Amino acid sequence: MATYTMKEAKPAPTTNKGVVFWLRENLFPDVKNTLLTLAGLYILYAIIPPLLNWMIFDATWTGSKDEVVNSGARWIFIVEKFDQFMYGFYPEALHWRPNLVGILSLVLIFGFKYIGSVKLKIATIILFPIICFVLISGGWFGLEVVETEKWGGLMLTILVAAVGIVASFPIGVVLALGRQSNMPILRTLCIGFIEFVRGVPLITILFMASVLLPLFFHDGIEFNKLLRALIGITLFQAAYIAEVIRGGLQAIPKGQYEASEALGLTYWQGMILIILPQALKISIPNLVGSFISLFKDTTLVLIIGLFDILAMVTLTNSDTNWLGYEVEGYVFVTLIYWVCCFSMSQYSKSIERKFNTEH
Amino acid sequence: MTDKQLPVDGKGLLNNPQHRAIFFQVLALALVVFFAFYFANNMFENIESRGITTGFSFLDNTAGFGISQTLIPYDDGTSTFMDVFIVGLLNTILVSVLGIIFASIIGLLLGVARLSSNFLVSKLALVYIETFRNIPILLQILFWYNVVLAALPGPRQSFAYLDSVFLNNRGLLLPEPIFQSGSSAVVIAFVLAVAAVIYLTRWSRKRHDDTGEEFPIFKVSLAILILAPTLVYFIVGQPITAIYPELKGFNFRGGLTIIPELLALLFALSIYTATYIAEAVRAGIEAVPKGQKEAAKSLGLKDYVILTKVVLPQALRVIIPPVINQFLNLTKNSSLATAIGYPELVTLFSGTTLNQVGQAIEIILMTMAVYLTISILISLLLNWVNAKMAIKGR
Repeated sequence: MATYTMKEAKPAPTTNKGVVFWLRENLFPDVKNTLLTLAGLYILYAIIPPLLNWMIFDATWTGSKDEVVNSGARWIFIVEKFDQFMYGFYPEALHWRPNLVGILSLVLIFGFKYIGSVKLKIATIILFPIICFVLISGGWFGLEVVETEKWGGLMLTILVAAVGIVASFPIGVVLALGRQSNMPILRTLCIGFIEFVRGVPLITILFMASVLLPLFFHDGIEFNKLLRALIGITLFQAAYIAEVIRGGLQAIPKGQYEASEALGLTYWQGMILIILPQALKISIPNLVGSFISLFKDTTLVLIIGLFDILAMVTLTNSDTNWLGYEVEGYVFVTLIYWVCCFSMSQYSKSIERKFNTEH
Repeated sequence: MTDKQLPVDGKGLLNNPQHRAIFFQVLALALVVFFAFYFANNMFENIESRGITTGFSFLDNTAGFGISQTLIPYDDGTSTFMDVFIVGLLNTILVSVLGIIFASIIGLLLGVARLSSNFLVSKLALVYIETFRNIPILLQILFWYNVVLAALPGPRQSFAYLDSVFLNNRGLLLPEPIFQSGSSAVVIAFVLAVAAVIYLTRWSRKRHDDTGEEFPIFKVSLAILILAPTLVYFIVGQPITAIYPELKGFNFRGGLTIIPELLALLFALSIYTATYIAEAVRAGIEAVPKGQKEAAKSLGLKDYVILTKVVLPQALRVIIPPVINQFLNLTKNSSLATAIGYPELVTLFSGTTLNQVGQAIEIILMTMAVYLTISILISLLLNWVNAKMAIKGR
């Protein structure tokens, strides 16, 4: 009886593999695509080398401004004004305070899941903002008081974004629940607020907060500029968060609501123990998206006279010793915003992918 | 969630879900009314103590400040604050409409490029999208205005194209069309051409439904739209001429000037919004199941027919709602023009007028009312489009 032995599979023909094949398939399959590829290569050639030259190879990194000979970016401006870009007019001797808050926040963000008991977690969430506020603003425990007018730079940007996120979240959840509830008056109030805020630009809300808010209270009650901006931003962000969470609530199957009722849970028990954990989980990618928008929108506070990091560009350029460095300033701020927003959006995409595999 | 569906024992007044619902709603309403009353009361006291006048009579007062770009006749000496309001509103609409047109074109091209089989083109589009959508729009506006446009040369060294279009630090100068007598015939011809195209489209659709025969509607419509007004233009004797901008001394005279503020705003708004439109276009086309394209191909349809008759009708249903939302966002973002002083609604009204008049409540309410009206109009449009595009069951 004849025996047959399996032959090894032949390797793919050289025309169907390797770099050349990939190039031909993806870049030069036909005349039209070849032209497109060449146009693309030209765009790269026109943008990348001059940009790299300006930013890195021809740039001036050290020395004084009178010795600049290179044609590229003069990063010495950023080096010189770095403290202002980071802290605004916050006294230099006290920079350790915002720094400490930053380190504590990082520790909290990465260490939060290692806190054992729920009570400790809740206590941390409540205590942490107070500690941060006391550290930055001073006034207690012998810390020197720093007025909010002196807060600025990246510190102010992050502060506005953080307060906007933290304070708007509970309001947003309540608004979303109100919009979904079957009490007509409550629902109308919530819908009215959400749609009103979402229908007008943030800048008009900030104007309203900065001009109208003082009129709404007795003369004795003082709001400083920063607090007014924070109130405006929080109300604005709450409406957007409410809509994101409503999306999550609507995605929860009706059976979950019915099951929580069948177990005899009250409305709040059912919401907190059954519905919200699921709804918030599926809302996370959109929530992160909403936080990115908020982070970008914090730049608007410069219009009502706060000195965030973007306002620092104009401010540092009004120094008579350092005139005409707008380009470096704008590019530096752009890089900071871009890195923050891009990493947040990649984070949100990774969460989305993680959830996709689970279902 | 649905409290009233719980079994009601009806014994305790407090435990009845319906009673509770009424109680909580009355409580919420009372709180809102209380705060509204409290705020209004304080407001009137404050207004009185500060001596601010109230009411909308200030709208009839003479404004007395100059505006760099007006679409309606405006005079520093005689125009009222109402005129300022209208000028601002029209400028907002102008920048929004232009921005929407440019953003749609760039966004469509980017979205298609993103789906290209060409590796380089697709990745370039991705880099564009990821770059510009992650930079705050206000930063982009300031960058275009303070860095790019401020670096343009003065009028004498301006960039010129065919001696009729000039770009310098005073803005972009274009030839201004002048409509002489007889030009109305051209306009009438254009209107008739549009009417003819609408009729033709209906007729061809009906014929297609009845007989299945195709009519080259796109090419014929384009020909009618271009040929009819052009023919009339030459028959009547070229009634539309143009005034070209000319360098006289240190500045240009004549022609149409697009101020740098508008240019910066248009660049920033269209580049930024285009990234979102591109993502919507890509998501919409990717949402069409692959099987649809394969089925159409196996039926022997041509690539062009597959695109227009199979892919696009399904993709548009997904694309249009988010794109209309982006149009609304663009309109709202145009209010950031106040940072560079482009004379739109927020700059002129919530800015200059508020500083001069001081009636914050009326002015901010009017500004907000404009944006709310635009939002409501756009969401009505969206609902109408959604209803029209909904898949109709037979």
